[in-house]
Amino acid sequence: MDIHEYQAKEILSSYGVQILDGELALNTSEAVSAFNKLDSKICVVKAQVHSGARGKAGGIVLCKTEEEVKDASEKLLGTYLKTIQTGDEGKIIEKLYIESGCDIAREIYLAFVMDRASQRIVIVASAEGGMSIEELAVEKPDSIKKIEIDPVVGLTGFQARELSFALNLPKEALGKAVKLFMGCYKAMINLDMNMLEINPLVLTNDNDLIALDAKISFDDNALFKHPEIDELNDNTQKDPREVAAKEHDLSYVGLDGDIGCIINGAGLAMASMDMIKYCGGEPANFLDIGGGASPERVGKAFELVLADKKVKAMLVNVYAGINRCDWIAEGLVQVIPKVDLKIPLIVRLSGTNVEEGIKIVKESGLPIILADTLKDAAQKAVDAAKQ
Amino acid sequence: MSVLLNKNTKVLVQGITGRIGNFHAEEMIAYGTNVVAGVTPGKGGTTHLGKPVFNTVKEAVEATGAEATIVFVPAAAAADGIMEAADAGIKYAVSITDGIPAHDMIRVKRYMLRYKKEDRMILTGPNCAGTITPGEAMIGIMPGHIYMPGEIGVIGRSGTLGYEAASQMKAEGIGISTSVGIGGDPINGSSHKDILELFNEDEKTKAVMIIGEIGGPQEAEAAEYVEKHMKKPVAAYIAGLTAPKGRRMGHAGAIVSGKGESAAEKVELLKAAGIHIIPNPSEMGSTMKEVINKNL
Repeated sequence: MDIHEYQAKEILSSYGVQILDGELALNTSEAVSAFNKLDSKICVVKAQVHSGARGKAGGIVLCKTEEEVKDASEKLLGTYLKTIQTGDEGKIIEKLYIESGCDIAREIYLAFVMDRASQRIVIVASAEGGMSIEELAVEKPDSIKKIEIDPVVGLTGFQARELSFALNLPKEALGKAVKLFMGCYKAMINLDMNMLEINPLVLTNDNDLIALDAKISFDDNALFKHPEIDELNDNTQKDPREVAAKEHDLSYVGLDGDIGCIINGAGLAMASMDMIKYCGGEPANFLDIGGGASPERVGKAFELVLADKKVKAMLVNVYAGINRCDWIAEGLVQVIPKVDLKIPLIVRLSGTNVEEGIKIVKESGLPIILADTLKDAAQKAVDAAKQ
Repeated sequence: MSVLLNKNTKVLVQGITGRIGNFHAEEMIAYGTNVVAGVTPGKGGTTHLGKPVFNTVKEAVEATGAEATIVFVPAAAAADGIMEAADAGIKYAVSITDGIPAHDMIRVKRYMLRYKKEDRMILTGPNCAGTITPGEAMIGIMPGHIYMPGEIGVIGRSGTLGYEAASQMKAEGIGISTSVGIGGDPINGSSHKDILELFNEDEKTKAVMIIGEIGGPQEAEAAEYVEKHMKKPVAAYIAGLTAPKGRRMGHAGAIVSGKGESAAEKVELLKAAGIHIIPNPSEMGSTMKEVINKNL
């Protein structure tokens, strides 16, 4: 789960990370009064959307007067910000963060990530801040410093000092740097973060270290431990189809093709989508219906997939392991008359009790196209979508 | 021979009296698995499915000599259950649970390092279907009847896609020595490479199939291992060619977040390491057959 910059900063601040004065604004008048409260000659009006690269997309505006704040806020609020990370639809701007400015001696890149190779938390940092880590990896790979943290011992003082020196921070900032790194690590562990990125971390002329931006991503699987974090969720930043899917505990990812997919198991779902592509079509979605494909879940899955008006054919591919094909077939036969299906439906069943399942589908008299193999199913779906 | 599990392996079921543990323990016993006991804290001294139930894994191991365990414990407490098994001297553990917090798994992995290599428990999963040595025993939730005994080792991240592979292989008359599910989580017990090492030394296994997917570095590690050390032919399929970058495809670990994590990039690496690429998921059986005919 991702959160907004202002929320991330609030969390980091409670772990001792220095941030600038700032205030959240939901409308223009709040933005203006936030600016007046700041007691700063300049301020930055920052669009709160779940995406990086907001600056390049015009989502961050430097303002010097009340008038400029008003203009920027009116221009941004209610619009969709399109960044290189959001895709073509962009993400809606419903909140602005009005933040004061500071002098900048240097910019640093700092991130704490869950590293899958070492299976530990690793700090990734570079004295060359302001760039994305992808750009850094290409343009200045030697500047990237990595520190692996032992989960039992935690981040040690010597590692934190080593990092501070590696980033060429002045000795006057050493104590502050160590405190900052320790605070970030503690926040990451305490709150089950997958990723914490401060880019840029700014060194001021007074040797203060300030988080100018902050991005945090939490482990969905650990949200049950942190109800207060779960509350930071913002559904306006997500694909509404994915929000609806989550309410029914279905795993759904919307894509751009025209073949709707309902499949059990994430791996088989990805494989079926690959097969559609291989046969010359494009999947409209990823949907893992999971193990217990009850008629109710099947019904919800159909509703979700059919809500996408691009869908011209449907593919249901279920491998019954612990499940049984006859139960799944019964579910389908119950659900299909209710969902007002106007497009071709291709069904492939395999595994336990497959003969009984096929028999139920055939005897139902419903216009279901049965398929034997994965390839057969994908081909039939692609052909149906093209007609 | 087989890896990790055979008909004699003494198996424990943690959570045997729970609804899910009970259901699958029954299936495992029916398949022929040598289930020797169950563990449910607070139910020690009782009997379930004809097997003694213990309060702790340690007691169960002392009383029965259990060597392997399957951990049917809900996500919030699963990591603790796995560490309990490691501490009790269990040699092999399977974790089925989906949704274990990643930080919990980081601690589990670190905890397992407390033990000397020869005493260290092997963990597969979490978020997997388990392991089966067809015709002998299974520790998992898979439908045992779709697996034919034979000489191909299978390593996969996904449950149902693994079933698809087993069925396609059976249809081609190809049997499996052991099929190991390593699971779809970002921090998991064993990698493709860890299991490849076992198959490489297993006399019965003549070739290996890897079923990988987008996300993480484990397929790249496997490619490097195969190129340098593997004595047997390997075929591989990587799921997720159509998956967009930055989107989680069901499995917690199935997300392309950096360089080398997409299916296309992984396929290139595997191909360069001399691995036979399965071009699409309907050719898992037929590609394996070609590999066998050409090499064995």
